[in-house]
Amino acid sequence: MTNRTLQFKIYRYDPDRDDAPRMQDYSVEVNPVTDRKLLDVLVKLKAQDDSLSFRRSCREGICGSDAMNINGKNGLACLTEVSTLKSPVVLRPLPGLPVIRDLIVDMTQFFKQYHSIKPYLINDTPPPERERLQSPEDREELNGLYECILCACCSTSCPSFWWNPDRFVGPAGLLNAYRFIADTRDEATSERLDDLNDPYRLFRCHTIMNCVDVCPKGLNPTLAIGKIKEMMVRRAV
Amino acid sequence: MSYSNIAVRKFDAVIVGAGGAGLRAAIQLSESGLKVAVLSKVFPTRSHTVAAQGGVSASLGNSEPDHWTWHMYDTVKGSDWLGDQDAIEFMCRKAPEVVVELEHFGMPFDRTDEGKIYQRPFGGHMSNFGEKPVRRACAAADRTGHAMLHALYQRNVRARTQFFVEWMALDLIRDADGHVLGVSALEMETGEVTIFHAKATIFATGGAGRIFASSTNAFINTGDGLGMAARAGIPLEDMEFWQFHPTGVAGAGVLITEGVRGEGGILRNASGERFMERYAPNAKDLASRDVVSRAMTTEINEGRGCGPHKDFVLLDITHLPPETIMKRLPGIREISIQFAGVDPIKAPIPVVPTCHYQMGGIPTNYKGQVVVPLGDDPAVPVPGFYAAGECACASVHGANRLGTNSLLDLLVFGKASGEAVVEDLKQMPAEHRPLPADAIERTRERLERLDARNGGESEYETRLALQRVMQAHCGVFRFKDKLAEGVEMILDVEQRVGKVSIKDKSKVWNTARVEALELDNLIEVAKATMISANARLESRGAHVRDDAPDTAERPNGRNDTEWLKHTLWSRDGNSLAYKPVKLEPLTVESIALKTRSY
Repeated sequence: MTNRTLQFKIYRYDPDRDDAPRMQDYSVEVNPVTDRKLLDVLVKLKAQDDSLSFRRSCREGICGSDAMNINGKNGLACLTEVSTLKSPVVLRPLPGLPVIRDLIVDMTQFFKQYHSIKPYLINDTPPPERERLQSPEDREELNGLYECILCACCSTSCPSFWWNPDRFVGPAGLLNAYRFIADTRDEATSERLDDLNDPYRLFRCHTIMNCVDVCPKGLNPTLAIGKIKEMMVRRAV
Repeated sequence: MSYSNIAVRKFDAVIVGAGGAGLRAAIQLSESGLKVAVLSKVFPTRSHTVAAQGGVSASLGNSEPDHWTWHMYDTVKGSDWLGDQDAIEFMCRKAPEVVVELEHFGMPFDRTDEGKIYQRPFGGHMSNFGEKPVRRACAAADRTGHAMLHALYQRNVRARTQFFVEWMALDLIRDADGHVLGVSALEMETGEVTIFHAKATIFATGGAGRIFASSTNAFINTGDGLGMAARAGIPLEDMEFWQFHPTGVAGAGVLITEGVRGEGGILRNASGERFMERYAPNAKDLASRDVVSRAMTTEINEGRGCGPHKDFVLLDITHLPPETIMKRLPGIREISIQFAGVDPIKAPIPVVPTCHYQMGGIPTNYKGQVVVPLGDDPAVPVPGFYAAGECACASVHGANRLGTNSLLDLLVFGKASGEAVVEDLKQMPAEHRPLPADAIERTRERLERLDARNGGESEYETRLALQRVMQAHCGVFRFKDKLAEGVEMILDVEQRVGKVSIKDKSKVWNTARVEALELDNLIEVAKATMISANARLESRGAHVRDDAPDTAERPNGRNDTEWLKHTLWSRDGNSLAYKPVKLEPLTVESIALKTRSY
């Protein structure tokens, strides 16, 4: 396997120096063995230009740091196979959130929505001395929910979240809301449903399903949102 | 930039690091009503605890009989008797309590048919004092760390813990009497420096696996707490002991949990042989990690490795039912497909031993108080200073850590350090001790150097040089000459670190500056490791040297007469001191020294 040269167009903006954002061109030799993932190449680019700024940590798709918009689609740099990328590779920050610098966005609004759904187990019954029991079947209800890594790929690909980031919980927050609703150990289902029964918080989801398309963990927020809606209907009759 | 007007913020306690240990400590403090600040370089759920896979150990006995004394025995034996038995007893006794507590916090453990926490076998976990494998690792599929870190963060959201996210602590602040009074820290978004003035400071900064070229560790694992402690005159304990995890994905370094072998996975060499039967006839593939990593390296060194370069072995689970893989090891399947290009249902995974965990660290007692030698006493608490998790050395892991004891360490000592702070604060005056006049000097000097210098050494190249020296001179097998050479080489790298310059001088989210500041910490850890390893003239646990071979007189090359002691490396003059291992547990009988075999 031989090296190939890959062209990049990367969104650059440093409020300390730049009046306005710009797209910067880069060219880099990619070794197909050692530069398999986009993050490997970004680290190489940073060695050439130390001002290029992006978040990264685990480099294995579990910490959720390096979400960005890659050739028009949100994804994690560390899970994106370089060989599948069309040149020039266009990298932009996640859409819809304020840019702090380069590929780094301000995630305050995203986490505010996550925090708004009370993302913790609510159970005021004094716990037993040992673990609370849960059947394997009941535990299975949490699969496809608890694996969320809060990377924000989904919420920042959702047009409803772009328009109402302050009022629509967004796919990540709602997936997590359902994670607690679905947990047989949680006693606050009714309050959780009350809280979401709102034209904006839940019902701005118009099942566009961009969230499902981009989730790097293969999760399905639309399905979780559908189940919340279903529970509301069932509760109403 | 000028650093003359530094803001000061006062808290009862400051916690540096928001991984498992920091978050567990934070719960303790927040729920006690103390004013606490938690600083983290990354959003809490991005801390490296998130990458732990296989499980957290506790003798719950949910599937078969188990007892904390058996867990304790396995941990002491795993540590090759270098672990302190008081701390090990404390941890193993507390394990069921902290794991059950975690379940009450909402942790989505897998379940047995009876609805209890699911437990799987793991390396070195045995029943009845080393007899046969036991199910002790409590698991949430193969995403236990992820599930745990999120559950701990969520509990902190409930407790309204105050986080300072994307703040990097830079230096520990001590006064003339040695009291610890907090830290200086850099807000990444603005580039501003603030002093966090606290009555108690807990370090939970994790490991420093990034000193090696090939590591399972995240980019952020740069040993910041160790660097800060070393610069502030605190010695580092047992830094020669680094765990090489047997199964990192060949080439990529990404972790494949030991839980794969717990679920029935087998290691094979080029001829398909299950070679662990020769090295550990009883435990086989579930022997302790140091034993398995050495066996794999021996297979590769003797030409029985796989692939065109014979440089890896295979982890085989193709004989397991696909349902088991999908249910118990779904994350591993994802990782194999992503990073090895192999679906483990159909083909074995190429693996090599990869740097994974730092057994040593900031010396503490079992309460999480940082301790240093003073006069005749080898372990006197440093007022106001605590440490927990991978950055600390309690010492429960000794010369080799058992799988799943790391997550347990976070819970037990995160909680214990929080409790110790709550207790100790009751004895302290209401007023903070005053900050010394030079509180910010060390930080100011480091930052001004980076602002002013141009045309120096490249940070990227220097870090690479450091990692290559450590990898080549301080790996799975260590050699007398290589170690001595390694000491010289790492001291040369230190000179280069002192001359690093960055081109990016921006105030805003300057990751070049952050990486240069991290390099100041990596070099302290690298020096401590290489110098401590060069000096320890025996083989024990993960530290195995060619000039301390396995003989009848000294099985496995271990020399208890001269080396049954903890190393203490000090930055000042790279000096070494030693302190005795605590062989006396708290309430039970000491586990007597024995030759280690699996």
